[in-house]
Amino acid sequence: MSLLEIENLRVTFDTSSGPFAALSGVSYRVDPGEVLAIVGESGSGKSVAMLAVMGLLPPSATVTADAMRFEGRDLLTMSAAERRKIIGRDISMIFQEPIASLNPCFTAGFQIEEVLARHTDLPRRARRQRAIELMQAVGIPEPKRRLASFPHQMSGGQCQRVMIAMAIACAPKLLIADEPTTALDVTIQKQILDLLMRLQADHGMGLILITHDMGVVAETADRVIVQYMGRKMEEADVLSLFENPQNAYTRALLSALPENATGTRLPTVADFRLAGEDA
Amino acid sequence: MLRFLIRRLGLIIPTFIGITLVAFAFVRVLPGDPVLLLAGERGMDPERYQKLLVQFGYDRPIYEQYLSYVWGLLHGDFGVSISTKRPVLDEFLTLFPATAELGLFAILFAVAIGIPAGILAAVRRGSLFDQAAMGVALTGYSMPIFWWGLLLIILFSGILGWTPVSGRISFLYFFPSVTGFMTIDALLSGQSGAFGSAVSHLVLPTIVLGTIPLAVIARQTRSAMLEVLAEDYVRTARAKGLAPSRVIGLHALRNALIPVITTIGLQVGVLIAGAILTETIFSWPGIGKWMVDSISRRDYPVVQGGLVLIAGLVMVVNLVVDILYGLINPRIRHR
Repeated sequence: MSLLEIENLRVTFDTSSGPFAALSGVSYRVDPGEVLAIVGESGSGKSVAMLAVMGLLPPSATVTADAMRFEGRDLLTMSAAERRKIIGRDISMIFQEPIASLNPCFTAGFQIEEVLARHTDLPRRARRQRAIELMQAVGIPEPKRRLASFPHQMSGGQCQRVMIAMAIACAPKLLIADEPTTALDVTIQKQILDLLMRLQADHGMGLILITHDMGVVAETADRVIVQYMGRKMEEADVLSLFENPQNAYTRALLSALPENATGTRLPTVADFRLAGEDA
Repeated sequence: MLRFLIRRLGLIIPTFIGITLVAFAFVRVLPGDPVLLLAGERGMDPERYQKLLVQFGYDRPIYEQYLSYVWGLLHGDFGVSISTKRPVLDEFLTLFPATAELGLFAILFAVAIGIPAGILAAVRRGSLFDQAAMGVALTGYSMPIFWWGLLLIILFSGILGWTPVSGRISFLYFFPSVTGFMTIDALLSGQSGAFGSAVSHLVLPTIVLGTIPLAVIARQTRSAMLEVLAEDYVRTARAKGLAPSRVIGLHALRNALIPVITTIGLQVGVLIAGAILTETIFSWPGIGKWMVDSISRRDYPVVQGGLVLIAGLVMVVNLVVDILYGLINPRIRHR
C-alpha cells in the first residue's frame, strides 16, 4: 500500500478577477521510505499541492480530488479534528523561510515541545528531554542552552534545524520539505540537505522534496515529478529523467542547468517555447 | 531586560523636563491675571496687588519662577491652590481615586469587549459580524462623548429608569473612604446594597468613557490579527496539528497583542481627556472636573500642578506599557 495516494488533485483560488486554477488534475503517489522530488518553476503548483495535503490552504482555495489517501485513510472525508491528529504527527512539513516559520514570541524549546504535548502523552520533563535529544539529532550545538533561544537569536540554518526537529518530533511517516534550503547560504544548504537525507534513511520515512534545483533532485530523489503551470509534465525515476527526459519541458529545464550549457549563453525555458516545442 | 529597563527609565528625565516646561509656559500664556481674579469685582489697591505678586512669586524673573517651581516639584511641592488654600497634591490625591476607578472600569470594559471583537472580526473577515462590528466601532469612535452620554442618560436613566443619573453612590449609603475606590469601599463597609449601588452608578460613565478606547482597540486588534494570521509561523502552528483555538488564541494573538498593548497605553491619555467631559456630564467628583473648574477659576497652581500630575500619570502608565511590551515581545527584550 502506498503511503500517500492522490488522484486528480485540483485546487482553485477565488480571486477578485474570478477563479484561478492553481492545480489542474495532478496525481501523486509516495511509497514508505521513498524520496519523491516535485520540481517546477514558481507557480507550477508544487507547494499548493502539498499544502492541500496538509489542509493548510486559505479558505479562498477549493480543493477537489478523486482520492486523497494517507495509509489507506481518506483525507477528504475525514473531519478537521481527525485530520489534525495526523498532521504534525504522521505527516509533517517544513517550509522555505525558516526564520519566519518559527514564532518570534516563543523559544525554540517551547515550539518543539508543543508538538510533543499535542501528539504524545509524554509528561513535561520527558518532553524537555526529548526536545534536547531532537536538537542533538538535528545538529544544534549546546541543545540545552538553545532550548531557551528565541528565533531572532539563531541563524537561518539553525532555525531550519529547529523546524526539522519539530517536524520529526513524533517520528512522522511522511515529511514534506517545501524548498527547505532556498533561503539559506550555499554551505548551509548542503548541510541541511544531508541532514534531511540522513534522517530520512534512519527513520525510513517517506520524503517529498519540493524544489526547483535539479542538482538537488539528482542527488537525493528516487522518483521525480515535473510540474508546469499546475499540470504534471512528466513522472519518472531519477535516472531515467536525467538520462532520457521524455517531455519537452523537462528537456528545457535540464538544458537550463549551468553544467549542461554548451554555448556562451545559458538557454532558458522560454527559448524552448519560442523554438516551437510545446510544453 | 535590565538594560531595556534602564534605557527606558532614562527617557523619563527629558520627558519630565518637557512636561514641566509645557505646563509652566502654558499656564503663563493663559489670559487673565490670577492676582486680580482673587480680588473679585471690588478690585484691589496697587499696594496689595504688589504684595500678593511678591507672595506668589510672580514678580521674579520667569526662569527663576520656573526653577523654583521644578525644585518644589522634586520635593513633592506642587503648589497651593489659590482658591481653596489647600496643597495641590492633597486635592489631587483626594479626587484621583474617583477618576482612577472610572478609568479602570472604562479600560477594562474596552479591553474585555474590544479584543475578542477584534479577534472574531479578523478570523471571520468579510463576514456579517466583521462588517457589523467595525461599523459599530466606527460609529462609537465618531460619537462625541457629551452627546453619547446624554443619549444614554435619556434612555437608561430617563426612559427605562435602570441606572442613576449622576454621582458615585446613592446618598442612602455612607461609609468612610478606605481605598478611595467606591466599589471596594462599599464591599468593605458590609452594608447590603452599597456595592450594587456603586456599580450601578459606574455603568453609564464607564460605557461613555470606554466607548472610544473600545472602538480603537477593536479596530487595532482586528488589523493586527489580520496581519499576523498571514504570517508563516501561524501556518507552522497549523501544520503541527494544533486546534484552531490554540493557533489563534496563542500563536497569533501573542504577536498581535504587541501593537494592541501600545494602543491601550496611548488610550490612557485619551481616557483622561474623556474623563473631563464624562465627569462633567455625570457630576463625577474626579480630577477631570477639578481641572475644568480650576481653569475657569484661573487657579494657576492647580492647573499647573494638575497638568504635571496628569502628565506624570500618563508617563507612568506608558512606562508600564513599555515594560509589558518588552515582556511580551522578546525581540525588544533581547536587543
